Amino acid sequence: MNIDSIYSGIVLDHIKAGRGMDVYRYLKLDELDCPVAYIRNVRSGAIGRKDIIKIDAAIDLDLDVLGYIDPGITVNIIKDGVVIEKKKLSLPEKLVNVIHCKNPRCITTVESALDQHFILKDRERGVYRCMFCDAERKSKALR
Amino acid sequence: MRHLIDITDFTVGEIEKVLDLADRMIADPSAYRDSLRGRILATLFFEPSTRTRLSFESAMLSLGGSVLGFSSADSSSTAKGESLMDTIRTVSCYSDIIAMRHPKEGAPMAGSLKSFVPIINAGDGGHNHPTQTLTDLMTIRREKGRLNHMTVGMCGDLKFGRTVHSLIGAMSRYEGVNFVLISPPELKVPSYITEELRRKGIPFREVETMEEVMPELDVLYMTRVQKERFFNEADYIRLKDTYILDPEKLRTAKSDMSILHPLPRVNEISTKVDDDPRAVYFTQVRNGRFVRMALIKTLLEWEENA
Repeated sequence: MNIDSIYSGIVLDHIKAGRGMDVYRYLKLDELDCPVAYIRNVRSGAIGRKDIIKIDAAIDLDLDVLGYIDPGITVNIIKDGVVIEKKKLSLPEKLVNVIHCKNPRCITTVESALDQHFILKDRERGVYRCMFCDAERKSKALR
Repeated sequence: MRHLIDITDFTVGEIEKVLDLADRMIADPSAYRDSLRGRILATLFFEPSTRTRLSFESAMLSLGGSVLGFSSADSSSTAKGESLMDTIRTVSCYSDIIAMRHPKEGAPMAGSLKSFVPIINAGDGGHNHPTQTLTDLMTIRREKGRLNHMTVGMCGDLKFGRTVHSLIGAMSRYEGVNFVLISPPELKVPSYITEELRRKGIPFREVETMEEVMPELDVLYMTRVQKERFFNEADYIRLKDTYILDPEKLRTAKSDMSILHPLPRVNEISTKVDDDPRAVYFTQVRNGRFVRMALIKTLLEWEENA
């Protein structure tokens, strides 16, 4: 399979196989006008199989979202055909409007103006807690 | 601005200061009779409550202050569709401090984001009830003379029992406290609390009968199975009479054990226990008024000095 290299843009590499679609959805890549390539199940020496996403434009990425979905992702920033920066991710300390509280008793279920705040409580287990009701959500990466 | 949303918003030292002030207020209430004259407490009770609301109102009136508010969501603008945030912003223009109860978890925290005055969480769903915890801490400290090195039994609805959640959070900050959690499997303490205890290395056990642990306990904290927390009435009926404390069950208890209950009770403590010197749940009610006096005064002083 042949997918053109990009000249200026972003390559999300080392996405855990199967997580690529989550990344695509959370980053709302379907709303972009530029070409976006989503490549599944690529062989990887480091993690066996991986997904890759190539975005043919220099967009602002929400690294917190990416870190939440899969902190193992490498973000390659491409300019003039060369990688000018590689960013390593980690689980963010705080998530704002990335995930929603599923506790039906939480105030966020009835107050639509409230932002959804989650605080990282256990990095090892990838556990986040709703700032309002303490309900837990686990990082997708560590499920 | 300082609020009391969760008991851990206050350091152990700050809690001790509030409890010390409450002790001084019990010793000489007349010395504080006019200390908040001209100040206004708003009691916003989006969920019915008699004890807590009256306790707050009594506390403010005892300090010479005034009270305004509502006692159910039906009699507030919420019934017209106003958001909680707008209600809080509005009421904080009319008052110096707000005590609020709300059926949704995290509502006081949400309110504190928009309020111009200190907010006191007077209970948010099955989540937290920090002023009950202050009352519980004050009662335990006055009865036992300490808050550390003891075995605390919590019995009944530990899943939805917000007073239990707050008390575990507060007591786990004292050295040598060991928890015994007595509940049916359906009403166990939420996992986020037991995981926190595990993470901090605080000893606890989960058991299903009070008889098996009664001789070990220094404090027995009884709770009511709360009908209003169940989506399914059949579950409530099945679980409501799981634990009933009576003189027979107390036979093996320590002679200086203290029996607490946040009240109201239904039938989880037999009235035959009321005259037992170990039963301190009505003393707890009295303490609740004084500790709320101390809390209101402390938060307003912090606000003035901020």
